[in-house]
Amino acid sequence: MDLLGFSDLLVSGTWVTIKLALTSLVLGLLFGLIGATAKLSAFKPARVLATLYTTLVRGIPELLLVLTIYFGGSMILMAIASQFGYTDYIEISAFGAGVAALSIAFGAYSTEVFRAAIQAIPVGQWEAAQALGMPRGKTFFRIILPQVWRLALPGLGNLFQVLLKDTALVSVVGLNDLMREAYVATGSTKQPFTFYMAAALIYLGLTVLSTLVTTWLERAADPALHRGRA
Amino acid sequence: MNWNWSVIIEHLPRLVDGMWVTLELVFVSGIVGLLLAVPLALMRASHNRWLRLLPYAYIFFFRGTPLLVQIFLIYYGSSQFTFVRESLLWPILREPYWCAIIAFTLNTSAYSAELIRGAIQAVPKGELEAADAFGMSRALKIRRIVLPRAFGIVLPAYGNELILMLKSSSLASTITLLDITGAARSIIARTYTPLEIFFAAGMFYLLIAAVLIGAFRLLERRLNRHQHYKLPERIGEIDPRLAD
Repeated sequence: MDLLGFSDLLVSGTWVTIKLALTSLVLGLLFGLIGATAKLSAFKPARVLATLYTTLVRGIPELLLVLTIYFGGSMILMAIASQFGYTDYIEISAFGAGVAALSIAFGAYSTEVFRAAIQAIPVGQWEAAQALGMPRGKTFFRIILPQVWRLALPGLGNLFQVLLKDTALVSVVGLNDLMREAYVATGSTKQPFTFYMAAALIYLGLTVLSTLVTTWLERAADPALHRGRA
Repeated sequence: MNWNWSVIIEHLPRLVDGMWVTLELVFVSGIVGLLLAVPLALMRASHNRWLRLLPYAYIFFFRGTPLLVQIFLIYYGSSQFTFVRESLLWPILREPYWCAIIAFTLNTSAYSAELIRGAIQAVPKGELEAADAFGMSRALKIRRIVLPRAFGIVLPAYGNELILMLKSSSLASTITLLDITGAARSIIARTYTPLEIFFAAGMFYLLIAAVLIGAFRLLERRLNRHQHYKLPERIGEIDPRLAD
């Protein structure tokens, strides 16, 4: 494939895509954990709020989320800031809007994965921890959470693949990611097929890579499962 | 920040127009995609290694790359080749509407083929053996036993896929189509009220998703009705042997 000297551009775009995906992953995992704890909490308003969050976010397109945050986010931020006496114009960068939108979406889906994983752990373990005199918070962090990682990993791996592909949406609001750089390259070379195909192959490489990493993490988290084969 | 309800009400008709475009995109590509997915899934579930390879590569590509890239490849990419521009297909590939339909169809067929393959392999062995015992040919067995059973099994998962399709259909707005998202963007370009209009657009998607979920519940009950079947309470009066 002849990229006519545009390969540097695609490489720098790939970096932006990877950075966007990983930043959103970290924030999204945090949202997911908070969402799952809220969904399982005894406090009803927290449950209602978490259900509202997952239902709303999972029902609207990610592209709409990106557009809303990019074009509407600064209005919301300025309205909040003006309450504190700050009246200057606030602008949201494409990267910031992308991270916000993708991590909110990832958080909504991973809330369900984490919830299912937490519920899959037998109640007996909570009871055993209680019998040893552990408070609930400590039980959650010492006993439950380490196991949640193993149970949630396959689901999270799938969600990360979705996230990785959704990063392309942020190019719509002008972020210089892989998709955007491919678009720029087609503008001056008039070879759209070549460059979108190159972008597609890079995305394919990234998804394959993330599958490999997920499989490796799954093995590492659950060695007992694969002892027979090793 | 002041919320402006009237701008939503004023532009509601254009969002409704957008809703029809969205529904058209989802249903046309959903149905054609399903028709394409069945042979792909049958090939994927085949015992012949070479027959399995072709759909595998297809599914691998379409599930491993972003839908946006696929849309751009078809809409912008096809114009790179003179033989495409001179072919009979050009009047179709020139239209953003048909390009979106083609991209969505290919994309959803790859995802649904995997779902259907899973369902085909989940059809209980005993039912296939029973069909063999009746002396059914391979084709008849697939037509009468495997596919109808697989559809019942795949239905809940396919409902999810259709919801994902509904959400993906918003990407059509990137190639100038006026679906819900496209209509919302064109309204906002003039009114500059992004929060109100995007909120309204989001409600449209939620509404469609809710209707789809309800419809699939009904369809699932109907297709899998043998699983919910209960004998009438007074069956014992007809034949005491059926009572327990």
